[in-house]
Amino acid sequence: MLTALASLVGLLVLLAAAAVPLGRRRQGGAVVHGACLAAAALLALLAAAALAVGPPEAPLRLPLGPPWSRMVLALDGLSAWFLLLLGLSGAAASLFALGHPPGPARTLPPYPLFLAGMALTLLAADAFTLLFGFELMSLASWALVAAEHQRAESRRAARLYLVFAAFSALCLIPAFGLLAGPTGALEFATLRTLPPEGARGAAVLALALLGAGAKAGLVPLHAWLPLAHPAAPSHVSALMSGVMTKVALYVLARLVLDLCGPAQPSWWGLPLLALGAASALLGALRAALEEDAKALLACSTIENVGLITIGLGLALVFRGADLAALAALALSAALLHALNHGVFKTLLFLAAGAVAHAAGSRALGRLGGLVHAMPVTAACALVGALAAAALPPLSGFAGEWLLLQALIAGWRVADIAFQVAIAATLALAAMAAALAAAAMVRLFGVAFLGRPRTPRGAGAHEVSAPERWAMILPAGLTVLLGLFPAPVLRLAEPAIAALAGPVALAPARGLSLWAGDGATAYLPLVAAALLALAGAALAFAVRRRSPLPAARGPAWDCGFIAPPAHLPFGDPLTQPGPAGIAQPLRRMLGEALLRARERVDMPEPGETRPARHAAGFRDPSLPLLLAPAAWLRERLADQGERLRHLTIRRWLSLSFATLVALLALLAWLEAR
Amino acid sequence: MTFGQLPYDVAHLLGGIMVLLSFVLLYQRRVSAVIGAFAVQGGVLAAAAAWQAWVQGSPHLYVTALIALVAKAALIPLALRALVRRLDLHRTVETALGIGPSLIAGVAVVALAILVVLPVTARVAIGTREEMALALSVILLGMLMMITRRNAILQVVGLMSMENGLILAAVGAAGMPLVVELSTAALVLLAFVVGGVFVFQIRERFDSVDIGFLEIHRGERR
Repeated sequence: MLTALASLVGLLVLLAAAAVPLGRRRQGGAVVHGACLAAAALLALLAAAALAVGPPEAPLRLPLGPPWSRMVLALDGLSAWFLLLLGLSGAAASLFALGHPPGPARTLPPYPLFLAGMALTLLAADAFTLLFGFELMSLASWALVAAEHQRAESRRAARLYLVFAAFSALCLIPAFGLLAGPTGALEFATLRTLPPEGARGAAVLALALLGAGAKAGLVPLHAWLPLAHPAAPSHVSALMSGVMTKVALYVLARLVLDLCGPAQPSWWGLPLLALGAASALLGALRAALEEDAKALLACSTIENVGLITIGLGLALVFRGADLAALAALALSAALLHALNHGVFKTLLFLAAGAVAHAAGSRALGRLGGLVHAMPVTAACALVGALAAAALPPLSGFAGEWLLLQALIAGWRVADIAFQVAIAATLALAAMAAALAAAAMVRLFGVAFLGRPRTPRGAGAHEVSAPERWAMILPAGLTVLLGLFPAPVLRLAEPAIAALAGPVALAPARGLSLWAGDGATAYLPLVAAALLALAGAALAFAVRRRSPLPAARGPAWDCGFIAPPAHLPFGDPLTQPGPAGIAQPLRRMLGEALLRARERVDMPEPGETRPARHAAGFRDPSLPLLLAPAAWLRERLADQGERLRHLTIRRWLSLSFATLVALLALLAWLEAR
Repeated sequence: MTFGQLPYDVAHLLGGIMVLLSFVLLYQRRVSAVIGAFAVQGGVLAAAAAWQAWVQGSPHLYVTALIALVAKAALIPLALRALVRRLDLHRTVETALGIGPSLIAGVAVVALAILVVLPVTARVAIGTREEMALALSVILLGMLMMITRRNAILQVVGLMSMENGLILAAVGAAGMPLVVELSTAALVLLAFVVGGVFVFQIRERFDSVDIGFLEIHRGERR
């Protein structure tokens, strides 16, 4: 099985090489994306098989890599789980790209490389291979973000993305180095036998959190995400949002939960809880305020990444307090939500791509009424939005229900500091879930309901058949994952047992999820049946109460005058826009958390220009993190410039001083 | 080979003389005296290499000794003297750091070399350890000389003195491969450096070579 997976990765790399000449042909895109579709489907099949029958025992040693550390590949429960997500989302995205009109030829070669990088990261069983795959993933996706380099904002997004990718490598490489310690062994099996302690462990935790967090979009390091994800082509942004952030979380879980050993203290979970809660809240709030459909979805990704991180942190807290069953509960919440979010976020991004292509814009203020023109896309997007809003019986609810149950069980940790931290996290996570629901209502309502807001939007049409299937399949999967979370979660049991302790079991019995010792349960089929029953009863009652057939009348447009003749759909300004719907939340929370400001530009008496009401917000990470970083870069560049004017003697003095300092360090270390 | 035995004592003595000559290089005030001291150092290096060749019974080190004797004790000093005469260079040493502070820094550097090498090589056979400390001292003193002198000639002498230290370390470590090749390559390098000084007639010092020429290449002047 590992041989098959390794050769799949190799074939994807070869495909990337072949994509360079293929890009010049007219059918090249179809060939590349078709091959990627097949490869991704195979990945999903192999991962599902590994989860069902048990992963292969012996790792595969490749005769590749640097001489001191040959590449080692392995598959265990955790990596197979994420590989399954990669296969499913990759297949949907490739199918979508097949039906989409071909983009520029330069976007073809990085796409298979991107898939190969993610697969290699997941399959790696030594630090070198993992970092190699991680960097391959980062660079290939950077090339895809920079695909539309004619536009200045694309270039800016790509530059910012590259900086954050470099930063995450800069943190992850020393994290693995510290983990390897003086022995220098990079294989995971060896690393597990030497868990770090004390300050070294804390440094590994901090570096892993910074490195993986920068790639996953955890809150202080999230500034690139709402810029870079919309800049890429739609199928790529689906993969970046749905899978790449999960790969980063996989690296975090692998490093902190697996390689650092099970004996780490409880407080290791607290930074994860704090960052996760901040990400969830800020991401959801920004999602409720953004006016670009893809940026909105990217912000919702930040929220969900935060929720998953809360799950991982909670698992660390519970494991440190010897509460294996609760650790398993929190971990299952994180894993299940990672899979569910990956699938429904892929779906939503593909729907946003379909809308952007068919209606000509991603800006919510230029869409509207698409449910008539694009019924299939609208239905699929509705499924995705309901799942993202965590409504039962769809998949988003199952994961978040487990997470909230795990948070509610936080009182069982004896220490009051942990209890308070977990309670605060619970409040923030619940608030984030509610805000996410608001954001999804706004997304679906503005884009698909109401009337068109522009002529271009009015002329929208349904997308091609492969694109429709690329949305229908993840939509069906979202429903299935929502109805049968328990059997799916049982597949994750090897991963849960490996990370939470050998006695830990997935909180699933039969077809239902059970939190704790039988007190609380979620029966998705029963919930679905009840909802269907209530819906049917409502429809029946409505039909009974009004025997006359429904009649369509003119929509009331808030007392405005009748629209002029050139606006057959009515004046677009007479229906609420995205900024208006976001206004209450912006005033309530945005002013405190996002520096939201409103300004009225009133003309002087006698002026003929109209009055303008401008509202906007600034993410606090821009002035607090990016501006100092830019200032630091300027200063360093200035210093570097000054170095160029040194004379030879000063250069020699510099190297002499460095040499003497290193020798003195060596002497000091030897003397200790 | 330990303290009190003849092979060790002679090797130690020759290494010590080389360090001493490095200090001599550091405190000379006249260029011709610096060149003289450098020639003596080359001669001592040749003696040390020959002694090691005899003690270790490895005849190829005699080649190293011969190279040191011919090139460093005779040819290069003669060439440098010719340079000074032909190009009419300053006969006095221009220091960037005064003689006194240079010597103090030199003593500190030697102490550092001993502090570093002796603990690091604790498990190595005795004899090699002191040899290494002396060689590292010579290297560091050569580098110190390069940065505390302004004349181009003296910086070249400092570079060659560093190289003497490297050869001393190489011959002192028994069983070190490619010693002869190493010393030959270093000799070629030095020949090029001296020839470069000849060809480009760098008169005063590297400090004051006109860098305006470079600025055009860097694109700073239009």
